[in-house]
Amino acid sequence: MSEKNRSRGEMVTFMLNGARVQADPGSSLLEAIRFYGLDIPTLCYDEGLTPYGACRLCVVEVGSGKREKLVASCVHPVREGLEVRTHSNRVLKTRKMILELLIARCPGSKKLQDMASELELKEIKFRPLNDDCILCGLCVRMCEEQMAARAIGFAGRGRDRYITTPFDMTSEECRKCGACMYICPACELRCQGTGAETVLCSGCINTEPVCASRYDDAMCFMVPCLSCVRTPEDVK
Amino acid sequence: MRISSVKELDELRREIQDSRDPDRPRITVCGGTGCSATGCKGVAGMLRVGLKSRELEGRVDLSVTGCHGFCECGPIVIVYPQGIFYQRVTPEDVDEIITETIEHGKPVERLLYRDPVTGEKKIHETDIPFYQKQMRLTIGNNTAIDPASISDYLATGGYSALAKVLYGMAPEAVIEEIKRSGLRGRGGGGFPTGVKWESTRNAPGDIKYVICNADEGDPGAYMDRSILEGNPHSVLEGMIIGAYAIGSHEGYVYVRNEYPLAVANTATAIQQARELGLLGEDILGSGFSFDIRINRGGGAFVCGESTALMASLEGKPGEPRAKYIHTSEKGLWDMPSNLNNVETWANVPLIINRGSQWYSRIGTESSKGTKVFSLVGKINNTGLVEVPMGITLREIIFDIGGGIPGGRRLKAVQTGGPSGGCIPEALIDLPVDYERLAEVGSMMGSGGMIVMDENTCMVDIARYFTSFLQEESCGKCVPCREGLFRLGEILTDITQGRGRMEDLPIIEDLSEMLKDASLCGLGTTAANPVMSTLNYFRDEYVAHIRDGKCPAGVCRELIAFRIDREKCTGCGVCMKNCPSGAITGEKKQTHVLNTERCTKCGICYDSCRFDAVKKE
Ligand SMILES: Cc1cc2nc3c(=O)[nH]c(=O)nc-3n(C[C@H](O)[C@H](O)[C@H](O)COP(=O)(O)O)c2cc1C
Ligand code: SF4
Ligand code: SF4
Ligand code: FES
Repeated sequence: MSEKNRSRGEMVTFMLNGARVQADPGSSLLEAIRFYGLDIPTLCYDEGLTPYGACRLCVVEVGSGKREKLVASCVHPVREGLEVRTHSNRVLKTRKMILELLIARCPGSKKLQDMASELELKEIKFRPLNDDCILCGLCVRMCEEQMAARAIGFAGRGRDRYITTPFDMTSEECRKCGACMYICPACELRCQGTGAETVLCSGCINTEPVCASRYDDAMCFMVPCLSCVRTPEDVK
Repeated sequence: MRISSVKELDELRREIQDSRDPDRPRITVCGGTGCSATGCKGVAGMLRVGLKSRELEGRVDLSVTGCHGFCECGPIVIVYPQGIFYQRVTPEDVDEIITETIEHGKPVERLLYRDPVTGEKKIHETDIPFYQKQMRLTIGNNTAIDPASISDYLATGGYSALAKVLYGMAPEAVIEEIKRSGLRGRGGGGFPTGVKWESTRNAPGDIKYVICNADEGDPGAYMDRSILEGNPHSVLEGMIIGAYAIGSHEGYVYVRNEYPLAVANTATAIQQARELGLLGEDILGSGFSFDIRINRGGGAFVCGESTALMASLEGKPGEPRAKYIHTSEKGLWDMPSNLNNVETWANVPLIINRGSQWYSRIGTESSKGTKVFSLVGKINNTGLVEVPMGITLREIIFDIGGGIPGGRRLKAVQTGGPSGGCIPEALIDLPVDYERLAEVGSMMGSGGMIVMDENTCMVDIARYFTSFLQEESCGKCVPCREGLFRLGEILTDITQGRGRMEDLPIIEDLSEMLKDASLCGLGTTAANPVMSTLNYFRDEYVAHIRDGKCPAGVCRELIAFRIDREKCTGCGVCMKNCPSGAITGEKKQTHVLNTERCTKCGICYDSCRFDAVKKE
């Protein structure tokens, strides 16, 4: 049955890491996957805001054979019969690479450093820059959608993109509510562990994972994973 | 005057044709991109003055047309009815053309094209090798049509496909016909056009949009520009037919602002079509209504991407968004929208007129019809070429393009624009076909074709295109923004002698991630230049990194100049030309190059007539 003629309320069935599961037809893959308790890292996503699909950390693998590809789960709708793998090697490798790029840009973000230990990222191969913003756009959407202000936005293109007020001047629209700072994943907390040379915070470093190295279609739903004996608390 | 039936359209066409005397002299001057750069305006001006002063004005027609394609030899002037093809015409030549050709019917020998191989002079366009292997279905009429004249278009059978569709074919039948023709998108992706139309038609909703993509942001490419400038009605006709098939009543042409002539000619064409009742309410009295508006794009490369283009049309920043729900369902203002490239639209009337069977016989199994390429780089005949699919790259480069200048060797050819791959010389017997080009790590893209000779450094090429794409990336998603930044950093390091062997696997990992995880087509294809050069020219990367050498002698940090004592005659030319005073020596004595002061500009190397300056 095509998505169009499905009546409201009828559930969509799809395959999540080999298990048959159901979800609301209007939901995104990320919402459905999180509903089943699986952990998907995200940076530009917030439940209260329009999904933006920019950080690409939430990628999952869908389809099979020649049509296998990665999609951003926060903006991809659930579809009948879709095969979804949340932790295949390709997914993990891609997420790590993306995080590595982000940390190389903003080594001082505690959020990124924590995520690095969760994803077992061990090395940053790029020259560190010490920027503060990862351009996730959460503040922009927060300001516009929740505060109805539109005091800030993106300017510039590509590498020169940055967040600013209209015409780079103090914005009349800004009510100094601080919602942008509240939601920012990069400036919320500073990581104290990184130095100019280390880049990765050694305080949060991991040991080798104990569990299976191939996650394709694996049925591990335990978060925190018991065999890995690691919870977010352990990591801190 | 409004035409309200097919009969009236045919009558008007006949009237125009009958009023034209086939023997009446007519001069067309190419006003395309290339010829404008070489001064066709002056030539046209002189012709106008010359005809006037000899009181020939009323008896000889003069028109400035769209691109004739052979830009290498511009400005091009063709004199009808004989069809004499003049090249590299200057304003000073005009008098002679009028006296000899118009008044006495004889060709001006020295302005004819001379075959570089046989030395033979060629009178007609069709005798010239550059044109012989081409199949100019969409740009061929450019030489004969005045883009500002709807009569010219009607005289060559224009809008007959529209009449055929409105009065003889159901929308579904039109879609079926386009599907059967095998036409695929010429804008980059190569998506089957009929299938796209069908899904837009079937998408629920009353308001649907039809859009023409004329953003053409690839550097050096001017295919779409030439069609819009030279034959705008062919694009409009295609769009009206598409709109009828899809069930749309509103269309847009999104054209980059840097193309003022394309904008002007399209606007004129729209106005003319409206006046004749070929656009607007109740087209040709059929009851079907459709109108087109022009929207000028700001000129960012990424605005050519379908979702970015639609965002830009809505007045928002031109940034791509996820396409997991297709634009054929939710496009412009969330309505079902059908976007096609200029060249795709221009193919539609041809298919309707001559039939899908005829069309699908041209080309290969999966790629039908013709494709326009802009042939640039290290090639003798730069220009715009239209070839049947399935022709080999070798035929394009050597038979049509006339080979590589200076007797140098072909090294590689990049197809598909800035994010296409570089195909090495060993593979140039490859046929032009969507799948085959993709198999070797490149793509059809929109039709850029850059030829590279042996003096091209492939690492430097990869660095160049990576940095172009990095600058053009919108910066929204991390893989593209950060990935291209780091790729650029690594490639710059390699070309400046700071590369490490460990960089190569990092390049591969970054490329993989770009392809897998980027949001839009810019990011997913951006690694093609670096991946293809790394695949086919790995030894050049290794030479840069391990031996600190640039084999092609391009990367400044890795080359050194010295003067060969045996060959130097002491003429002093290099010393005089060196801008940094790095060369010293007495007259008739061997000169010496001080490497400390040398800035490696290469001027001495180019100026020495005794081959005594060596590049290493
Ligand atoms: C970065 C980027 C730039 C593009 N630029 C153009 C362009 O300038 N012109 C064009 O027709 N298509 C361009 N495309 C392709 C369009 O997204 C779209 O696929 C095309 O216009 C569809 O028309 P077609 O099916 O007729 O090819 C571009 C795609 C990307 C990813
Ligand atoms: S300031 Fe913070 S919230 Fe805003 S884009 Fe940058 S990282 Fe995201
Ligand atoms: S791939 Fe590049 S151009 Fe496309 S959305 Fe991402 S950053 Fe923008
Ligand atoms: S959370 Fe999905 S792309 Fe950022």
